[in-house]
Amino acid sequence: MRDQTFAPTRILIYLVVSLIAAAWLAPLVVVVLNSLRTNEEIAQASMIGWPKHWAWSNYAAAWSGFCVAETCAGIRPYMLNSALVTIPATIFSTMLGAIAGYAVSLWRFRGDSWIYGIVTLGLFLPQQMRLLPWTIVLRDIGLINTLTGLVLIHTIQGLSFTTLFCRNYYVAIPHELIRAARIDGAGFFRIFWRIILPLSAPILIVTVIWQFTHIWNEFLYGVTFTSGQQQPVTAALIALSAAVADIPQHGVQSAAVIIAALPTLLIYLLGGRYFVRGLTAGAVK
Amino acid sequence: MTNAVSTATRPGRPAISGALRRLPEYLTIWVPLLLSAAHLVSFSLWTIWISFTPSTLVPVSGWVGLRNYTAVLATRNWKIAFDNLLLFGSAFVLLSVVTGLVLAILLDQRIRGENVLRSIFLYPLAVSFVVTGTVWSWLLNPGVGIQKLVHDLGWTSFKFDWLIDRDMAIWTIVIAAIWQSSGFAMALFLAGLRSVDADLVKAAQIDGAGPFRMYRRVILPTLWPITVTVVVIQLQFAISTFDLVRALTNGGPGIATQLPALVVYDLMFQRSLLGRGAAAAVLMLLILLAVLLPYAAWRYIQQRRATHA
Repeated sequence: MRDQTFAPTRILIYLVVSLIAAAWLAPLVVVVLNSLRTNEEIAQASMIGWPKHWAWSNYAAAWSGFCVAETCAGIRPYMLNSALVTIPATIFSTMLGAIAGYAVSLWRFRGDSWIYGIVTLGLFLPQQMRLLPWTIVLRDIGLINTLTGLVLIHTIQGLSFTTLFCRNYYVAIPHELIRAARIDGAGFFRIFWRIILPLSAPILIVTVIWQFTHIWNEFLYGVTFTSGQQQPVTAALIALSAAVADIPQHGVQSAAVIIAALPTLLIYLLGGRYFVRGLTAGAVK
Repeated sequence: MTNAVSTATRPGRPAISGALRRLPEYLTIWVPLLLSAAHLVSFSLWTIWISFTPSTLVPVSGWVGLRNYTAVLATRNWKIAFDNLLLFGSAFVLLSVVTGLVLAILLDQRIRGENVLRSIFLYPLAVSFVVTGTVWSWLLNPGVGIQKLVHDLGWTSFKFDWLIDRDMAIWTIVIAAIWQSSGFAMALFLAGLRSVDADLVKAAQIDGAGPFRMYRRVILPTLWPITVTVVVIQLQFAISTFDLVRALTNGGPGIATQLPALVVYDLMFQRSLLGRGAAAAVLMLLILLAVLLPYAAWRYIQQRRATHA
């Protein structure tokens, strides 16, 4: 009796889930296929279709060939810019956030809850509230239109997330552990190196993945504080679309989009579990 | 609260050398935290201050009261942006919460391949809005996207041109935003479903509740705190949406898909009206606070109840 009503519902569930999943994958599939079709082929048909000739050359053109404004170096210099901003900013913000999270959760000092509260406000404050001050500060210290300037911004702003992540992880560590180490004469740094850091692998992976994804994908600061050859890849993609608006090169553009999305997609595929943990940890503040 | 300084300074040593010895520690704790806190506070105040000055190309001192605010509020650009935000915000939040909840309930039916499916629904979150906006701009472009495909297949009267339709263009942003971030709602709901008290479910089963009744009466009511959190986070995202629109419609056709974040950028960096741009940014902050302050109050009451119970 139960099984008879059971089976059709199960089939329906699988059907609905598969259909939604197909819809979710469709844009990715379309772009991947387009990246392998020639510009002419796409222009004749539509964006959605199976490649007639596999146009692998799109990737070469996207990587180092096409022109934005007067420079024809493809997407490569902008990918390099993004890497040179994202990697240092991820490392710095994670390291500093781990130490800060450790200090506010396990050491407790005068005013720690106040300063921690203010730092976490950074999770909510719109970027637009900081655009003008950053512009002025970067200009005054000579870092406007430099990658170093973007590293500085992302490190300081990333601290809100990294401190929160690490602090919430470290509060679960028993205080007795720290107290015992302190009685043995271990100081702030030694306890961090010897006790805290070896316990931190899961939260550091979550933090690194979160920071990397966010900084790599960031657009507003990139487009505001850098221009021309200094832009990160997200800003360059917009510039590319604008540059070829009259004669779209959809094949090459698709390849460029795939290349730009690849680093974060790969990290997601490799560390999906940690990515989701960061997502929910950031949500349940 | 223990005081790190007094417990760690050994007796007999002068306090000053103890403090010096601990200097690196103070620096590593305080410098990053102070920089972060100081930039948040001072930058906010700075922007608020600029919004009350007659600044145009460069920030200047002076006081114009609320003139920048009234000027921004009077522009058609802002009015359209605000109306769009109301429509986009409510449609996007409602639909992404419903989609996320449906996906979570479906995935919670002990189906095969749950991990793969979950990864599929979540992957857009790993990709930049610039990328997804660009891709959706192709798919929704009637000249090369879905409409063209259907035409080529033979149904030539088919029409799907929201991207270039002033009245419908905002819905293309809703579609892309739902596609991008419903997975987030799903992840939170799924975690909530997995933590529903098993005894509660068992008791309801013994009472003879079918699956529909079970969800309506027993399971969904336990999810509403998560729902509030999801709604607030999605609203926060909607209010600050910028990249997605830049890549998908760039505010157009005309200014039909303008949003507050685009108005801020336009005023600050394209029209060089810094005072008005700052005023628009503060208005964005106020919209955000209208969402976040009630939420914070609600969280506070919830926590007080939890500790008293």
